[in-house]
Amino acid sequence: MARLTDANVALANQIISRYPRKRSALIPLLHLSQEQNGYVTEDAMVHIAELVDVTPAQVYGTATFYEMFKFHPVGRYVVNICGTMSCALLGAGELIDRAEETLGVRVGGTTDDGLITLEQAECQAACTEAPCLQVNYRFRYRVTPDELDQLIADLRAGTLADEIPPHGSLARVRQQIPADRWVRPVAPEDVDGEPLWMPAPEEASS
Amino acid sequence: MTTTGTTYPWAVGFVAGDRPQVVTERFGYEDSFTLARYEATSGYEGLKAAVAKAPNEVHDDVRGATVLGRGGAGFPAGIKWGLMPDGVTPRYLVVNGDESEPGTYKDRLLMERDPHQLIEGSLICAYAMGLSQVFLYIRGEMPLAQERVATALNEAYAAGYVGTNILGTDFSVDVVLHWGAGAYVVGEETALIESLEGGRGEPRLKPPYFPAAIGLYGKPTIVNNVETLSNLPWLMRNGIEAYTAIGSETSPGTRMLAVSGHVARPGVFEIVNGTTTFRDVIFGDDFAGGIRDGNDLKAFVPGGGSAPWFTEDQLDLPFEAKPVGAAGSMLGSGAIMVMDDTTDVPAAALTLCRFYAHESCGQCTPCREGATWLENILRRIVDGHGTRRDLQMLVEAGSTIAPGAFPHASSERLGLDANPFPYKMTTICPIGPSAYVPVNSALTLFPEEFEARVAANGDGPRPIPVTVASNPAGGGS
Repeated sequence: MARLTDANVALANQIISRYPRKRSALIPLLHLSQEQNGYVTEDAMVHIAELVDVTPAQVYGTATFYEMFKFHPVGRYVVNICGTMSCALLGAGELIDRAEETLGVRVGGTTDDGLITLEQAECQAACTEAPCLQVNYRFRYRVTPDELDQLIADLRAGTLADEIPPHGSLARVRQQIPADRWVRPVAPEDVDGEPLWMPAPEEASS
Repeated sequence: MTTTGTTYPWAVGFVAGDRPQVVTERFGYEDSFTLARYEATSGYEGLKAAVAKAPNEVHDDVRGATVLGRGGAGFPAGIKWGLMPDGVTPRYLVVNGDESEPGTYKDRLLMERDPHQLIEGSLICAYAMGLSQVFLYIRGEMPLAQERVATALNEAYAAGYVGTNILGTDFSVDVVLHWGAGAYVVGEETALIESLEGGRGEPRLKPPYFPAAIGLYGKPTIVNNVETLSNLPWLMRNGIEAYTAIGSETSPGTRMLAVSGHVARPGVFEIVNGTTTFRDVIFGDDFAGGIRDGNDLKAFVPGGGSAPWFTEDQLDLPFEAKPVGAAGSMLGSGAIMVMDDTTDVPAAALTLCRFYAHESCGQCTPCREGATWLENILRRIVDGHGTRRDLQMLVEAGSTIAPGAFPHASSERLGLDANPFPYKMTTICPIGPSAYVPVNSALTLFPEEFEARVAANGDGPRPIPVTVASNPAGGGS
């Protein structure tokens, strides 16, 4: 049920073909499955394992390492408040307190209506615009607690629906490589095996 | 050399000033990220100049101009390229766009505002080194950078700058966009390769093998930072002499610098290497404009979260690796975080320490356990429950991760060596020791703030509290 759709399998195969080895496509494919379901389902991980010729455990092992993959449903909007140095110096703590109060959930929680998940993030690379936050990874700069309340009200009223796509839609960015200009990656058989330049054991010992 | 002398309010965080611009010269245009604008402002001229030469001449130019790596370590790019074994194919370039060192901000701006410049720089590298394929690895949490780079790549393919027979020559290479999924440690070059191979982003042990010899898929691989590669189009267009005329002899050119924290005007600046000082950047009118609200400077972090802190005594040091290293810190990734005299130093140290504890990949025990211990003990001190014994424990836990690395009074009392930076490590990569850097800086520079925090609670040991992970669903990094 939550395996990749036919359209996404076609896309997945296109992505896989860009790499000399299939497994390299793992993270892009996990993004793709998160785009399809809003989170990475177990079935999708099994399906991805089939597509890239590794075991489901290897897919799970990779997926759980990364912060952005979710394994259970989250809100349509994930609000990530940065709490690292520059943001902390300029009031990230108050921002997080206000968010918890306004949303009625603690960090890590999702509102009862399933609309908003609150998270605290480590450095988001917008330090000169501190304190900052991201909604589905789209930035909001120099946020005051009152602006945060306004943002949450806007998310609830649905007025930002055009501007901020639902959680998991990152992979919508597609690279198009035209067939006539595509060099194509080195074939797997040329990549596998011993590095050619390494001296053979007998040469090394003589 | 272009100067604009203008501030662009829409260019978030960027202030040009009246300075030479090597990588930010197009930031003054609102459509700086489009191919039309890029071509109208000498775009792809550098690539044309490069393919008119033999590949090894291009490599000689990069070596001759001493283009230093802008990712943090400051290793010359030309020498790094030269470590690749000759005549071995396939070989790869991996562009490190996984920026997330606390305080650092430049690579995202470069990818969002001038993606073609990065693509052109990557192609010049690919031509010089005869590479089989280029992978642009962009941090997962940067959708705008991904969008702009993907669009730029699509334009560049259509216009014949990327793909087969580039600019009508025999030179052919693919540039593939790849993105991460949120893990700071992946910015380390061997972890980046692990991640690109579809695995957990855990750093590899080096030596024996550096990526230039055994990298992606076990083949020779160059891993370069976004800003490093963005320097190449300008260099190829204007030549070695123009490039080395900017900056000092050992660090030619410019570098991008983010100044954040308690300053009047936080922003990203392109500064001249070697001649600009920390005082210029923090207090200069065309830079950050001094401390906010007329407060005094307490301390600043000179090179991203993992750099030891400086105070006003070091304000007159120039931006050059050697003097900054001799003073006990590093330039790192071009990030200055400023703390004014209202800053709660133990809390600031906790914030940075928590970052590294959270981002530990878990591979090495001293980092995984040690950084978490540092965080727990610091939190107890900040919450007012710490004792004098906790201060001692901070030093002991830090010494386990980075034995004998940091000179301060406590290490002397414990009979440990006091070695200058960089530290000795018990871990594969520098994340573990980085967790102790802010703790050690804070303890050394402002011991009285810690003393005051623990004064009421005496000397006795206290039980270690069990903490709950701040993000239980967040996975292993």
